[in-house]
Order: sequence, then structure tokens, then C-alpha cells
Amino acid sequence: MDIQEFIENFAAQFDDTDEALFTAETKFKELDEWSSLTALSIIAMVDDEYDVIIKGNDITNSDTIQELFNIVVKKHK
Amino acid sequence: METNYNPFSLAGKTILVTGASSGLGQATAIACARMGASLVITGRNADRLQETFDQLGDESATQILADLTVKEDLERLLAALPHLDGAVLCAGNSTTLPLQFGSREKFDEMFEVNFFAPIELLRLMYKKKVLNKGASVVLIASIGGTHSFMPGNGVYGASKAALNSVMKYAAREYASRKVRVNSICPGMVDTPLIHRGTITEEQLAEDAKRYPLGRYGHPEDIANGALYLLSDASSWLTGHDLVIDGGFSI
Repeated sequence: MDIQEFIENFAAQFDDTDEALFTAETKFKELDEWSSLTALSIIAMVDDEYDVIIKGNDITNSDTIQELFNIVVKKHK
Repeated sequence: METNYNPFSLAGKTILVTGASSGLGQATAIACARMGASLVITGRNADRLQETFDQLGDESATQILADLTVKEDLERLLAALPHLDGAVLCAGNSTTLPLQFGSREKFDEMFEVNFFAPIELLRLMYKKKVLNKGASVVLIASIGGTHSFMPGNGVYGASKAALNSVMKYAAREYASRKVRVNSICPGMVDTPLIHRGTITEEQLAEDAKRYPLGRYGHPEDIANGALYLLSDASSWLTGHDLVIDGGFSI
């Protein structure tokens, strides 16, 4: 599983945020565009792309994209 | 003054409740039994169905383990059913998914459980005359898809809207046998269905505050609506979608 690809998939769930702002260390919930619907889209994207079911709490408990990626990797095994 | 006046009594009625192993179905089955009905309950989980059965306090009740999306199970259920005076079709599922992820596969999964399974059961109960003349059928729909359109609820809401639509057609057609068909459209009710983690507990607690009556529904709030629709108190009511949602959709 590739973090760069994950970041791209993650960024694709946003419409108005500059792509350059998305890195492994991005604190995604601090982005202006972040909303509960974005959270649902991230959960659905992870299911679609990685066949992994993450929960709302996994998002709540992650500050950075890297932290969420780590959860997805762990659940993928 | 007559003291035992009770137009909501279900004494002498035989009633089927699907999805009785959990949530609304369980609460509805128990409420019907307390109102004097003879119950036939069905669900997919043997242990939890037994739990419901044990709470009915009725030795003559029947439990039938069945997954209504499986053709063989549906046929076995229909063959085992006694003549019914009422049915509450509670079995259902939900998903929270933005529409751009609502693939044909996701829609199919949701419609299979929430729409095709109950509609096929309803059709066959009527066709095979399992439903007595004057029987009352209650479909558990949702405010989602007809009265409320919250982001992320489209796939689920569409399945419930379809259910509400067929409910009205069935009410018109089945009236020839005086069979009544109504639905209940609940807002968010505190059942295992909403605690699967896609929405966090904190988000649920926040959402509940948006209900004018200040809380999510209890399963009993919905079960009591079903009692009314099943009883002779609603003899002149058919084709109605009864919204029970703490005022959310106002």
C-alpha cells in the first residue's frame, strides 16, 4: 500500500482545497473544507479502493493523513 | 363507565413480525404480545430471536428462523405461516454512503433487504391468502427518502421511498379484501443499526440534539405506532405513512 497513492485518493474527496496542501503530515480536520460529508466520503473511498472498513472513530482518532493511512494498512492485513 | 375500553387491543389477532431478533422488530413483537396478540416472529439470528421469543411470555407463539432475502427461506416461512390478521415487516438494513459511492452494487444490496424482500413477502402473503380479510400490514419505512434527505442517506432513503410507494399501491389494490397497508416512517431510533461506527457516538449525540423533542426515538415509540395501525382503532386508515420522528421533519 502506497502512501502517495493514498494521499491522492484522500485529496480527491475535496473540491476546493489546493492539492499542494495534502501531505502525509496534513492535519486534515483543520482544513476549511473538512465536513462530516467529507468524513463519509473518506470512509467510502477506503472501502472502495482498499476493501477496508474504517469507522468514524478511526477518523476522529487520526490527526494526520499518515495516521489514518497507518490504520488502513493495519486493518488491511 | 366502562373501564376495560381498549380500541387498541390485539386480543384474538395473529400477527407476524419480521426482523424480530433486534431493534424495532423486537420491541414491536413484545408490544404486540402485551396487547394480547398471538405472535409469529422471524429473524436471521437464532440466539437473538430466542431472546425475543423468551420475552413474549406466550407459549403459543411461534418463531421461524429465516433470511427473507433467501428464496428457500421465504418459501419455508410462507409454508409455515398461519392465517394472519396483521404483519409488521421490520427486517431491514441501513448504510451511510455519499451518492458518488452509491454503485449499482451498493444500491442492489440495500434494495434487496429493504425493498425486494418485504415486497415479495407482502405479495405472496396476499396472493396465497395468508392475510385474512381485514388484516393490517405495517411496513417499516423511514423519513429518509420521502420526508428527509440528509447527505449520505441516499442509497438507504431511495430503498425506503420505493417501499413507501408500493405501500400506497398495495393499499389501493388490497382494499378489495379490506386488507389495510400502511407504513411507519421513523426518524433516528436508538437501535443496534445506528451504532455500527460509521457515525461516531459523539456525532450521534450531536445529531440527536437537532430533534425538536430533544432525543432519538426509542424502539417502543415506533412499536406503539405499529399497535395503532394493527388494531381496529385504525380500521379506516390505509395507504398512510405515519411519521414518528420527534418533530425532525417539520
